[in-house]
Amino acid sequence: MIGDLIHGIFLMIWRTLTDQPEAKSDFLAVFPTAVQPVVSAVLTVSPLLAGFGLLFALTTLLERKGLGRIQNRLGPNRVGPCGILQPVADGLKMITKEDIIPRTADRVVHLLAPIALVVPTVLAFAVLPYGRYLVPMVNDAGILFFFAVGASTELSVFMAGWSSRNKYSLLGAMRAIAQMISYEIPLIISSVSVIMIAGSLSPVEIVQAQGSWLAGGFVPHWYVLTPWGLTGFIIFLISSLAESNRSPFDIPEAESELIAGHLTEYSGFKYALFFLAEYFGTFAIGGLAVTLFLGGWHAPIEALEVIPSYVWFVLKLMALVSLFIWIRGTVPRLRVDQLLNFAWKFLLPMSLLNLIVAGIWHFTAVWDFPCALLVRWALCAAMIAVPYTLLGRALNAKRNAAHRTYRYAT
Amino acid sequence: MIPLQNYLIFSAMLFSVGLAGALTRRNAILVLVGIELMLNAANLNFVAFWRFSSDPNAMAGLMFVLFSIAIAAAEAAVGLALIIAIYRHYKTTNLEKVNSLKG
Amino acid sequence: MQFAFAIIAALTLVSGIAAMSLRNLVHCALCLAVTFAGLAAMYLQLHAQFISFAQVLVYIGAVAILVVFAILLTRSGEPVTHPVVHSSWIVGVIIALLVFGVLTKVILSSSISSAALHPLPPKDGPSVREIGNSLMIDYVLPLQVIGLLLTAATIGAVIIAMHEPKISQPPASTPRVNGAEVPHASGHSAELTHHP
Repeated sequence: MIGDLIHGIFLMIWRTLTDQPEAKSDFLAVFPTAVQPVVSAVLTVSPLLAGFGLLFALTTLLERKGLGRIQNRLGPNRVGPCGILQPVADGLKMITKEDIIPRTADRVVHLLAPIALVVPTVLAFAVLPYGRYLVPMVNDAGILFFFAVGASTELSVFMAGWSSRNKYSLLGAMRAIAQMISYEIPLIISSVSVIMIAGSLSPVEIVQAQGSWLAGGFVPHWYVLTPWGLTGFIIFLISSLAESNRSPFDIPEAESELIAGHLTEYSGFKYALFFLAEYFGTFAIGGLAVTLFLGGWHAPIEALEVIPSYVWFVLKLMALVSLFIWIRGTVPRLRVDQLLNFAWKFLLPMSLLNLIVAGIWHFTAVWDFPCALLVRWALCAAMIAVPYTLLGRALNAKRNAAHRTYRYAT
Repeated sequence: MIPLQNYLIFSAMLFSVGLAGALTRRNAILVLVGIELMLNAANLNFVAFWRFSSDPNAMAGLMFVLFSIAIAAAEAAVGLALIIAIYRHYKTTNLEKVNSLKG
Repeated sequence: MQFAFAIIAALTLVSGIAAMSLRNLVHCALCLAVTFAGLAAMYLQLHAQFISFAQVLVYIGAVAILVVFAILLTRSGEPVTHPVVHSSWIVGVIIALLVFGVLTKVILSSSISSAALHPLPPKDGPSVREIGNSLMIDYVLPLQVIGLLLTAATIGAVIIAMHEPKISQPPASTPRVNGAEVPHASGHSAELTHHP
């Protein structure tokens, strides 16, 4: 029995690492049938949580060092060589800090708010395909499930803001919710264009639809390499920055605005949970962007498919996270009415237009005269670029910006 | 297997809770909350009957629920906008004070 | 199966009763969200996955937040001194109990309860493709009507809840701070930046 167990564990690890199907079946066969679903669930969930926890620690470090370098300073470099153990120090600090609750705060709601944020965010990890055979939950309507649990996180932001009985918290929470619901629409519509072309709501099938190569195995069939896919990807990225309350959309929680918004009255472990949930949300939505637009776990060149699929997923996810950190260090913060105007007046029409252009791209795929691809690209790109310019100019016409003068230090 | 009447009696309970709340509470928003509860109870009825139907390809129950969810959302939006407009005029949401049409 | 149904039903019913009877309105709204989640769990048990996800997305992600925003914008979240129910609340409760009694009697005395449960077809819930097909082929007219209705409801809600421009303002040139005289196209930013 112990021999079977060890053999099963070894087979499981070997099959997962080398992209083979049915990784858990030999290990599960050791257990009685009634217990098998429970053991299977535990085996699926624990590496996911451990892996994303580790990624969270690494990303906090990467963010602080990256931001430091962008701002011409060193990041944390005291704890461990080059500051590698900084997340450990941060974690210890958060756990041991005193949990201060305001005297007039609503205790039950104040306690439930971080829990109500972490649970849907972790649930969202369940539908993403991390590798060829590494999907925790195969569901026909996986993308809908993802957006449904994403929408449930907004209620917890309100709970946090309201239960603190603090005018700043409440105002910050209302702004945060308005921002999140405004940016949900371009997010969903830009992913609907991918769903429409792939023909399925299941992330597994969407990744499979991007799994072919053109030009002799050098150009992948990823959706980001089509005009509508590129536009959709950009809209999706901007909306996902706003959904995770990251800069330049971090009005709800920036220190110089409304103190910390809905997080003002949270300290210690509850604040650590909010922080964790925000980063997990960023990973989840980055993972969805990788699945929808960047080809999921496929390699960019057919020859490189020998490298295991989860490596590609992690590489693409880290590239997106680094992009988010880069944007955070570079772009100034948007004011709340600028952000809402941007969502409703610019991103929403552009995402609807993107939907139409995706349809046109799909129906002109039957053209087969020479250089049809270039003609299609030019047509679709023009259909996106011309309204983009016109809309941008129309929306900016009312703004009378002062003439910009630059003064350099001499 | 859970028999159909369990679902039906449960949705009847939920419906009557929503009805009681809509009839007794003074705040206009809670009346809307009661109405949403009643709509949800009816949706549960539809889904339960769809599940226990004998025709494996029948989709009418699910379609009805989908449209009912959409309509309930639209009605909640308009109803709450109305309540906000009423609040602006009467400065209260207490339904006993909003009675200027009373003979 | 029975155990799971009993737990979900108990949770949903308790939070439904709490949503209608608590004094603090924000607690009522949060209990309403829990009720919606319990109903979504029940739809999952009935193998209606698409409906369950749609319920979470629409009801918890939109309707609950609408209710919460309405509570905040009408200052109903503050504690009140007057009683929260009508003076004739007992009539409402009696009517609700009568309705429940009638419904239960009808259900229990109908042929549904006494009929033997015929073996259910192994319904795993329709695939999303089947739902899409039936929406676009059999039910395309209700789909278009719903689109029209949602558009009308959105425009109507915005117009009803918008700040009205005060007509009696003098056409002075000094720009004033409060946003009442400038009709904002989006009621959002006016509400959020000018309400304390």
